[in-house]
Amino acid sequence: MKQNKTGQPMDEAVIQTDHLARRFGHFIAVRDVTMSIPRGAIFGLLGPNGSGKSTLIRMLCGVLRPSGGSGRVLGVDVSADPEAIKRRIGYMSQKFSLYSDLTVRENLEFYARIYGLDRQRRAQRQEAVATWTGISQYMDRPAAQLSGGWKQRLALACSLVHEPEVLFLDEPTAGIDPVARRDLWDLLFDLSHRGVTMMVSTHYMDEAERCTHIGYIYMSRMIALGRPDQLKADPAITPEGTRRWEFVCTQPAAALARARALPVIRDATMFGDRLHLLADKAVSPEELVAQLAATDPAAAARQIPPTLEDVFVLLSRKQSSNLQETEKAA
Amino acid sequence: MKGFWAILIKEFAHIRRDRTTIIFAILVPAVQLTIFGYAANVTIENIPMVVMDLDGRQQSRELIQSMGNTRTFRIVDRVVSAEAFRRALTSGRAKVGLLIPPNYSERLLRREQARIQVLVDGSDSQVAQTAVNTVGLLTATMSIGKAQVAAELAQFAAARDEHGAQAMAVESRTRLLYNPNLLDAYFFVPGLIAIVLQVVLAFLTSFSIVKERETGTLEQLFVTPVSPRGLLLGKLTPYVLLATIEMVIILALMVGLFGVPIQGSLMLLFPLGGLFIFTVLGLGLLISTLARTQLQAMQISLLFMLPSVLLSGFVFPRSEMPWPLYAVGGILPVTYFLQILRGIVLRSADAMDLLPNIIGLAICCVAILTLSLSRFRKQLD
Repeated sequence: MKQNKTGQPMDEAVIQTDHLARRFGHFIAVRDVTMSIPRGAIFGLLGPNGSGKSTLIRMLCGVLRPSGGSGRVLGVDVSADPEAIKRRIGYMSQKFSLYSDLTVRENLEFYARIYGLDRQRRAQRQEAVATWTGISQYMDRPAAQLSGGWKQRLALACSLVHEPEVLFLDEPTAGIDPVARRDLWDLLFDLSHRGVTMMVSTHYMDEAERCTHIGYIYMSRMIALGRPDQLKADPAITPEGTRRWEFVCTQPAAALARARALPVIRDATMFGDRLHLLADKAVSPEELVAQLAATDPAAAARQIPPTLEDVFVLLSRKQSSNLQETEKAA
Repeated sequence: MKGFWAILIKEFAHIRRDRTTIIFAILVPAVQLTIFGYAANVTIENIPMVVMDLDGRQQSRELIQSMGNTRTFRIVDRVVSAEAFRRALTSGRAKVGLLIPPNYSERLLRREQARIQVLVDGSDSQVAQTAVNTVGLLTATMSIGKAQVAAELAQFAAARDEHGAQAMAVESRTRLLYNPNLLDAYFFVPGLIAIVLQVVLAFLTSFSIVKERETGTLEQLFVTPVSPRGLLLGKLTPYVLLATIEMVIILALMVGLFGVPIQGSLMLLFPLGGLFIFTVLGLGLLISTLARTQLQAMQISLLFMLPSVLLSGFVFPRSEMPWPLYAVGGILPVTYFLQILRGIVLRSADAMDLLPNIIGLAICCVAILTLSLSRFRKQLD
């Protein structure tokens, strides 16, 4: 976790891929991914189910061989020496892969042994990760009897027992309560400060906002890559001469239908009980209310910056229309 | 071998924690052995018999009594009407009906041939066969006795023994080898060791691997530096140990409880037992590569178990089987180990006697292990 452990500087790229690809028969799961993640980053990997997130993570963990391009983790080529990578990374999957009949202590001990830690170091590391995650109070409890949040902390502790420099988390917060999610993220931030590089796949936008870097995979392609603020500032998201609005009213579905019919509104999307609109700069908030929900006293429009969700929705839509055009051309 | 010790220690922790594994591995085989050993008693005795005696004099009473004395038959009813006689058979109360005609005694006294009628319920072929044989033997013995008396009166004998007494013209002296008291336990119990070992071990090993796949821990292990060899050996070694203990327990029960002594060499029995254990572990591994869930693993195990019991020669002699079934029996490792067990335990056979079976078992072992290991490796990629 220390910066000079490998003798490499802090700003080196810990994960680097170059046109990385993987196909299963005729199906291409990951296509042409080129990216670079610096040390200490929390890289959020987003995308719909089946878009290729898990395949990408599994290739970088050295479990799945790439079928094209190259990938390097901690300077080691994933196809050349996957075993060297496995010793230096940690992995925590969406299913809590613990032995439920074993106690917390036995689970930790098992993973410490698997990574070949000697007796003294095992004791020391178990103590360290147990204290850090706060699970030391449950050491002799079978993993099956822990709550979802604690199971997940144990899984995190197990994946860190050998002090990995990189940690892969495949949807670590799927299906746990908001408080436990927040606690987990606090731990991840702490890890990031200690110099651990993380790649986290998630479906939660609030988690994405917390990441230092973001990649968005759509239909096997990485279609957005960068820091969250960079992505939001992309001119493709809010084109020249337009403004973004949040529109509140009592009947958002009806308003959405009207908005889509108006030529001055370039884009309209439902976000929970409200609408996000992309409208020509000339349109005023009063005009929006008059056009969309004239008789509704609760109707109001507020100018907002784009959210990550806006970014992803827009990019996905653009990508699919691009694909359809190329298909038509072909 | 990386990760071998970690997996081994963890696997023992699972076994220690999970009482059902220990019960399944140690207690169940012992109980199975006891139940099978006692239930597999195939000597047929006490076949219920109904008698309709229309003669009712001393000669016919003697006949009925000697029927009862065979212990093959038990007289359950004596009837006087044809209707009651028929009822006893159709209702299943009696499996055999003995009808003695009114003139039975007279004909015997007049030295005419006397006839009795024996009706046998043929639905259970083994019971029927036994009944037919016993009645045939009994009447033949009675006839010879009467013939001898007649011959004695006529100062004539077909054959005499060294003391000058009448004797059978041809006497066969039979000696029963290996199982002098014709106990069924001698035949069934050694074979049962093979069956029980296979059932328990194939179940346990396939379960322990499929469970890790089902819960996702196997996927987690692939991300660690554990090698495929370390993973597999670490998972299977505890079961080799368990199987060895199990085999010793069953052998002890066989000698102690069923009184079947081990005539042959333990030094030969244990190495060959080891070979069989490895084969069965390979079978468990093969099942684990075919099954996605523990339920499927159980179903596939059962699929292997059925032919192992029916076609291996454990119950039915293989020499009587039509060739397709005979061939299926030939690819089962239990077929060979069964012969090895019976050979060593009962006949004190040595390695030379058992060579064809040892070679058969060795081929099964290599084939199953190769197939299962290659399938297992493929699934890792």
